Amino acid sequence: MKLDGMYQEIILDHYRHPHNKGLRDPFDTEVHHVNPTCGDEVTLRVKLDGEKVLDVSYEGQGCSISQASTSVMTDLVIGHTIEDALNAGDEFLALMQSKGQGEPDEDVLEDAVAFVGVSKYPARVKCALLGWMAFKDATAQALQTTEGQK
Amino acid sequence: MTVHLPGLLDTDAIRKDFPILERLLHGDRPLVYLDNAATSQTPRQVIDAMTHYYANSNANVHRGVHVLAEEATALYEGARDKVAQFINAPSRDEVIFTKNSSEAINLVANMLTWADEPFKVGVGADVVITEMEHHSNIVPWQLLAQRTGTKLKWFGLTDEGRLDLSNIEQVITEETKVVSVVHTSNILGTVNDLEPIVRRAHDVGALVVVDASQAAPHTVLDVQALGADFVAFTGHKMCGPTGIGVLWGRLGLLEELPPFLGGGEMIETVTMSASTYAPAPHKFEAGTPPITEAVGLGAAIDYLSAIGMDRIAAHEHAITGYAIDALNGVEGLKIIGPADNVARGAAISFTFGDIHPHDVGQVLDEQGIAVRVGHHCARPVCLRYGVPATTRASFYLYSTPSEVDALVAGLEHVRQFFG
Repeated sequence: MKLDGMYQEIILDHYRHPHNKGLRDPFDTEVHHVNPTCGDEVTLRVKLDGEKVLDVSYEGQGCSISQASTSVMTDLVIGHTIEDALNAGDEFLALMQSKGQGEPDEDVLEDAVAFVGVSKYPARVKCALLGWMAFKDATAQALQTTEGQK
Repeated sequence: MTVHLPGLLDTDAIRKDFPILERLLHGDRPLVYLDNAATSQTPRQVIDAMTHYYANSNANVHRGVHVLAEEATALYEGARDKVAQFINAPSRDEVIFTKNSSEAINLVANMLTWADEPFKVGVGADVVITEMEHHSNIVPWQLLAQRTGTKLKWFGLTDEGRLDLSNIEQVITEETKVVSVVHTSNILGTVNDLEPIVRRAHDVGALVVVDASQAAPHTVLDVQALGADFVAFTGHKMCGPTGIGVLWGRLGLLEELPPFLGGGEMIETVTMSASTYAPAPHKFEAGTPPITEAVGLGAAIDYLSAIGMDRIAAHEHAITGYAIDALNGVEGLKIIGPADNVARGAAISFTFGDIHPHDVGQVLDEQGIAVRVGHHCARPVCLRYGVPATTRASFYLYSTPSEVDALVAGLEHVRQFFG
């Protein structure tokens, strides 16, 4: 069935057993993002350490796509450099905008390649991007604060 | 198996009027359209009326002396007559065409924002709404409150999904200038008993605005019996096109209250320094109006009236009762809103175990079943009942018991998929 293309087992796994969920200290910034069309919400914290993403933690409620995507995202950014993390975000955004035609780089996106099917459903793309957008926002704010302290 | 319920319309015949209901989705799945509270489908009679207008009579209205301009004007104003009759308005001049219900309510709010005494809002005055309003009956009043210093108050909800009017004398007071309340909730399905609200509001000299978006399509709407001062509804939920709505208002008020939008059509005379305004309803219809859409709405009213709003209401009551019973038999499903079929419209919201409504809706869509998921532009209701969102099935005159059966079967499939 076509839906299996969207709801890949890996997505349902992350939905049922999310990684890095639960807000943690310490953190530099906390943001709250919502998807007003369906009521998905995420509160996300970022802790940076120099060039690195030291920790990302979150609380959220919403559909399987939004919650699984946030879970996958944390795996991809925690412990990586800020640059690599933001690059992965850009890659994921491009994948979501590909209308099902994207050929994701598994080395960069790892589990997130499973979301290629989601890009065929315009109404769900925003769900998949919710956590990534929150991460980008929180990181930008954290970097701004650091800049301000220099 | 065909289910026979008392009050059902001849849906086999009615469905033939709606070309879209013949669509197959995802290959071979017949469309099961259960999103009628969001928008209704359009019968061929309405599509034909609009096509015929564009093909034969298209012109601007209220100007020009040529044949087409006169035909267009007659059709546009004829639609106003049809609306007036449909809602039992004392005068056709009380029917203002707007873009939709939101614009109609914004229009009232803006008339009042700029009004003088005795309608003047501001510091020391109250506007009263309820917690079950659509955002379109919340945000315009929040804007009015922010811009004028008026205090915004509201009625809460009971656990059963009804308005809590136990403190009506404390909520609607001598300071209250406007009470704006929904007739039928788009998310809970609740049909409100407006009589005590109208009585209390008028006792303290407040105006009453009724959001009838979910009432005009589904039941006999008699503005005189309702006793309100303004009533808003929209065309696309009642077999008409998008882009056309109605604000009905008492003529005396429309004469006294100031216009909101200025422009062509709404004037009597204009100089470079000042203007005087046309009488209602034109005072409130600046610019070229949605003419084709008004023609379409007129055709929709003809269509609904030929069947009979009382019969449509009986049909929906039967379908809703059948659906409530069927959905109550689905394990893990919880109806958000009145659990019985009393004083209830044809929209049923529910949660389904821990499965997010967005996922429910997606898997139902794969089976050709169209429902609405989310907060239904009534987020405070979701907050009140502690749910992030709901799935909503909503019925209309062409809905059938077998579509309810399809929904129930679809939900079992959702459960298996996420189980």
